[in-house]
Amino acid sequence: MTILLTLTVLALIAIAIWQITKIFELSQPKKKNTQIADDDDNRWNGQLMFAFLIFIFGITIFSFWKWGDVLLPGASSEHGMEYDNLMWISFAIIFFVQTITQALLHYFAYKYRGEKGKKALFYADNDRLEAIWTIIPVIALAGLILYGLYTWTDIMTVEENEDALIVELYAQQFNWKARYAGEDGVLGDANVRFLQDFDGKNLVGIDVTDPNGFDDVVVQELHLPKGREVIFKMRSQDVLHSAFMPHFRAQMNCVPGMITEFAFTPTVTTEEMRQTADVKAKVKKINTIRRENSKALIAKGEEALEPYIFDYLLLCNKICGASHYNMQMKIIVETPEEFEKWITDQQTFAEVIQ
Amino acid sequence: MSTAAAQLHEGEDHGHHHKETFITKYVFSQDHKMISKQYLITGLFMGIIGIAMSLLFRLQLAWPEQPMGIMSALLGKWAPDGVMDPNVYLALVTIHGTIMVFFVLTAGLSGTFSNLLIPLQIGARDMASGLLNMISYWLFFLSSVIMVASLFVEAGPAAAGWTIYPPLSALPQAQPGSGLGMTLWLVSMAIFIASSLLGSLNYIVTVLNLRTKGMTMSRLPLTIWAFFITAVIGVVSFPVLLSAALLLIMDRSFGTSFFLSDIFIQGEVLHYQGGSPVLYEHLFWFLGHPEVYIVLLPALGITSEIIATNSRKPIFGYRAMVASILAIAFLSTIVWGHHMFISGMNPFLGSVFTFTTLLIAIPSAVKAFNYITTLWKGNLQLNPAMLFSIGLVSTFISGGLTGIILGDSTIDINVHDTYFVVAHFHLVMGISALYGLFAGVYHWFPKMFKRMMNKNLGYLHFWVTAICAYGVFFPMHFIGMAGLPRRYYTSTAFPYFDDLANINVVITVFALVAGAAQLVFLYNFIHSIFYGKPTEQNPWKSNTLEWTAPIEHIHGNWEGKIPEVHRWAYDYSKPGHEDDFIPQHIPLKKGEEELQH
Repeated sequence: MTILLTLTVLALIAIAIWQITKIFELSQPKKKNTQIADDDDNRWNGQLMFAFLIFIFGITIFSFWKWGDVLLPGASSEHGMEYDNLMWISFAIIFFVQTITQALLHYFAYKYRGEKGKKALFYADNDRLEAIWTIIPVIALAGLILYGLYTWTDIMTVEENEDALIVELYAQQFNWKARYAGEDGVLGDANVRFLQDFDGKNLVGIDVTDPNGFDDVVVQELHLPKGREVIFKMRSQDVLHSAFMPHFRAQMNCVPGMITEFAFTPTVTTEEMRQTADVKAKVKKINTIRRENSKALIAKGEEALEPYIFDYLLLCNKICGASHYNMQMKIIVETPEEFEKWITDQQTFAEVIQ
Repeated sequence: MSTAAAQLHEGEDHGHHHKETFITKYVFSQDHKMISKQYLITGLFMGIIGIAMSLLFRLQLAWPEQPMGIMSALLGKWAPDGVMDPNVYLALVTIHGTIMVFFVLTAGLSGTFSNLLIPLQIGARDMASGLLNMISYWLFFLSSVIMVASLFVEAGPAAAGWTIYPPLSALPQAQPGSGLGMTLWLVSMAIFIASSLLGSLNYIVTVLNLRTKGMTMSRLPLTIWAFFITAVIGVVSFPVLLSAALLLIMDRSFGTSFFLSDIFIQGEVLHYQGGSPVLYEHLFWFLGHPEVYIVLLPALGITSEIIATNSRKPIFGYRAMVASILAIAFLSTIVWGHHMFISGMNPFLGSVFTFTTLLIAIPSAVKAFNYITTLWKGNLQLNPAMLFSIGLVSTFISGGLTGIILGDSTIDINVHDTYFVVAHFHLVMGISALYGLFAGVYHWFPKMFKRMMNKNLGYLHFWVTAICAYGVFFPMHFIGMAGLPRRYYTSTAFPYFDDLANINVVITVFALVAGAAQLVFLYNFIHSIFYGKPTEQNPWKSNTLEWTAPIEHIHGNWEGKIPEVHRWAYDYSKPGHEDDFIPQHIPLKKGEEELQH
């Protein structure tokens, strides 16, 4: 029925367009029926080109004004500051280029709109001009490439240091687990072959023949101490996943059959983050939206939404199946003391399999 | 056999037509003009499906969990109570991507215009091999049929994203779409690749061997340069995708472990050992990235031709334009790793790919500047084709610039696979290439169908589309920079993203209006085929050879001799001439110098 209705509407629209064009053509009897742009067309389309330029700038300004507050707050990790710098420098450059090139393009389209009898300038080449606009991008890009590579090497070089906290992020359809190396600071060997040992209590497949594994701690909530480097080792048991921690400017794929790495140092605890102006404003806005939505839910006889409190997120960012959109884990950054207290409260692998 | 058709037509007595039946003329035609129409119409049909799918999942993103009649009407049991199932959402984005990238913007765009324009613009009777050309189209048709058929499979079509990364795509246990739907996807793509290779080889041979007298490579219109280089990229990179597809088929059906290792799924340890999904990613993107330029270069070629013609000016910097096509083509084959910065490959490799990727910005910038300079002091005839070409340059710049963000391995860490990427590539290759397709259709419609399209409907089509394209994709950058991953069925699982909901509504409204605007185009297209105003010989006063061929299509393209070429394609508004254009077949006047280029 809906399809029939849709088709009828489409047919009516088609007829309407046909009639409108008919009327349009009949209303201009003096003009030749030609489908080639004439001076009138050039004029009004040229003017629209100029208007379109204003539209592009307008939508840019509007979006920043209206939606600027949805962007991620400043980075909560050491390398994240460098990341943010590089990103905003790149953005400054592309905004500059965007503004100038779009302005020229649309302004020329307006300014040089065709008129009968006018003749265009025969201007086929200018080596100097072309050299200039080849060299300028070369210089700008060389700068960006060097800066980018310097930062990249800095971020991606994972040095095994004694103080670092080793954490395994373990991905499966559709949840995350984290494994801490325990007191020895070494993760026990693991493989999916061992997942079924101990009636499924071996959640990440730790190999019991490796003594390093017994003090490992497997949890479903990621706790990180502030100010200490964390080296993540990523694993997946089934399909590709990607461990995405946007607030820390951190992401790495989890690949079955191999271990991938990423390291960062958190700099802001969850509690501190909740007190920043950006996050406060964002939470307030989200809760206003949630209250509005709750009204509709209550009217339907359903439960109201819970108020939102900020937490760092770990999301899956590689398509992994039906519940990809809901594969998440809470991250809690806390002071080293709080962290130590938390981790000693957790059961070690040895305790779990007893 | 292959060059026989062409040789047959070398002689002068070209007036007589071969006896043709309905089947050989309209169905199994070996005439490049008919094949180009077949490509166009099949491509448009696939485009309707692809765009309709995007509207469906846009509805889901704007109003998740809201029962909608259209969902149950179109998706039936895949939308219980009018709410789309998450697996179906993934299937829709997968098939939308596949159809738009391969079936519309590769076959629909390149297939249509390479076929139409290569023989006509270089002065050839037909493609080097009419037979291979025909087989190429029918393989494309077959692969389209299989891809569409996969939509009707019980468990649904492929749903692992258009990149179909294993293990998700390899294991039927991982998602319902990885069963028969994925098999059909792979079979369809394998056939598609065969079609594409036959077509590309034909284009390359034709351009190299069948140019008319005087048509040197340096006099080739930029359209032909673009189609030619596109074909070369296709021949270099498509076979690699075929090998990836074949290895994936082996893993799926014959128990090999090319891409799989150490997998535990649905309570079972699988036997696969030693393979790597990262290997698949390398193979896929070895085609996948050049594919972007396979889509884009023909659009840029079409734009070059249309901007020059309608500016009544030579294209600025012809040599630089050719050089930048070559540079882009070369670089496009060594940048694939920028899709894999965080795939787990060695970070040093990431540095190398960042370097090569950002280099591509240079020839791209040259192209953009040259287009802008071509407009400068022109006498712009703002026909619908010209508007779409200017629109292309605009979206090419807007989308291309964000490539500098994504191509930088460092910045990519946090925007990788978010909506920022979706916004970027839709502007730079999706919308730009679609504009190229539309520009080409408006411009060469008279050549294809002997009639003109209605210009006012064309203007309506352009302006609504142009506004909506920015309306859809500009705000999308913000969603990405807010941290929302792509391919999420809904963002409601994260209260953190609740403030993105209204942006999603805005985007969907723009998308729906844009979809409606395409109906105007479709109406104009179909109506004009039958009732459009009959065209003049050379409606846009263009220099290229296709406009010297008779309006009525004849087998062999020209009565009698093929015109000889005496100049480049861009003698517009040349001083010392009364007309503002001098077609390529007009000999130089006494004392007139050909531009050194």
